[in-house]
Amino acid sequence: MKVFNGKMGIIIAGIIIGIIASLLVFFGNPANMGFCIACFVRDTAGGLGLHSAAAVQYIRPEIIGIILGSFLIAVGKKEFSPKGGSAPLTRFVLGFCVMIGCLMFLGCPFRMIIRLAGGDLNAVLGFVGFALGILTGVFFLKKGYSLKRTYKQPVLEGTIVPAASVVLLALLCLAPSFIHFTEEGGGPGAKHAAVLISLAAGLIVGVLAQRTRLCMAGGLRDIVLFRDGRLLSGFIAIFVSCLVCNLILTAATSGTYFTLGFTGQPIAHTDGLWNLLGMYTTGFAAILLGGCPLRQLVLTGEGNSDSASAVLGLLVGAAFCHNFGLASSADGPTVNGRIAVILAIVVVFIIAGANTFRKEK
Amino acid sequence: MIKVDARGLSCPEPVIMTRQALLSGDDAYEVLVDNHASRENCTRYAESQGYKVSVSENGGEYTLALTKA
Repeated sequence: MKVFNGKMGIIIAGIIIGIIASLLVFFGNPANMGFCIACFVRDTAGGLGLHSAAAVQYIRPEIIGIILGSFLIAVGKKEFSPKGGSAPLTRFVLGFCVMIGCLMFLGCPFRMIIRLAGGDLNAVLGFVGFALGILTGVFFLKKGYSLKRTYKQPVLEGTIVPAASVVLLALLCLAPSFIHFTEEGGGPGAKHAAVLISLAAGLIVGVLAQRTRLCMAGGLRDIVLFRDGRLLSGFIAIFVSCLVCNLILTAATSGTYFTLGFTGQPIAHTDGLWNLLGMYTTGFAAILLGGCPLRQLVLTGEGNSDSASAVLGLLVGAAFCHNFGLASSADGPTVNGRIAVILAIVVVFIIAGANTFRKEK
Repeated sequence: MIKVDARGLSCPEPVIMTRQALLSGDDAYEVLVDNHASRENCTRYAESQGYKVSVSENGGEYTLALTKA
């Protein structure tokens, strides 16, 4: 379908994704968290017992759906192409750093848009940091930053994560005793839409994001680099449609889906500086990875094992964030979290510099 | 003809390389890429710079022939 290559296609996809994000909260997901790749990967890490923060343990079907949606449409469109070998361990570390930034801010770039659409003004600071991080990444891109070429891989290499997603889905449904679930009323992990709704939402978003190459970080990057507004129009479409849908839901139901302000926002804190620095880390590292966390999931579904490394970095990073007390809460950032964000920024700068100003043999 | 080999690279790198190459102001270029997103992005960029693009596929690799429109 040629339509997805144009601006109209990505705008339509963005509108659909914004509506789904809003509706998922109506169906039971945490407030302003119809989607959050970082939070949901973190919850999944908790569900698997990789961390023991009891409030955030649930294998999120949205994550499974995005990977499988991308996988299925890529296979159907003959775009499934197993490749990898472009600095996988560096990508793992970058994924780890993306997660440290996200859990400082309490959301990935996708949730940042959703928080903005819910009236959470703290996300404005996050957005400023995100934009600054992207600009820093673009600076290195312009200077020649590269993680070098990927190479074709065996089919199995590209199929491992989609297959693992099916296993995760089975574990979620069978719920053996070693899989953790946040207890009712015990935190965000207990708030979720029904499995089939979440899975369907993930599948649809996975398909749309694969066809349109949607990426939250790529939008600003392409504007700065090429004056190309295609990806950014998807970003804006998600914001507008989610906002409108939130306002309609607030008017039509007993729930509240939009509250303008800084204080009392759901699963958010008001420390502007650290919201900014958290998203700065995420934006910078995402540019070095070639895409935001959502895009990494989608590329993983297409068979890219480098992106799978980044996703594993997100997963392991999330576990460490909770084991080491790095993740913020509604009360604000932790001391450990602030130190981690500073260290992550230093690490991302080292990775950027080392892959930009190296001497070729 | 100037050739840009962006195989194995993912966006935005192929587009950056294409942009660098186009600075020479020639009438024809050949850009090699090996994934769909890069093919679309390089095509879109070249077209925005006033080039006509014809794509040929060979075993998962794409050759974009750019000619000044």
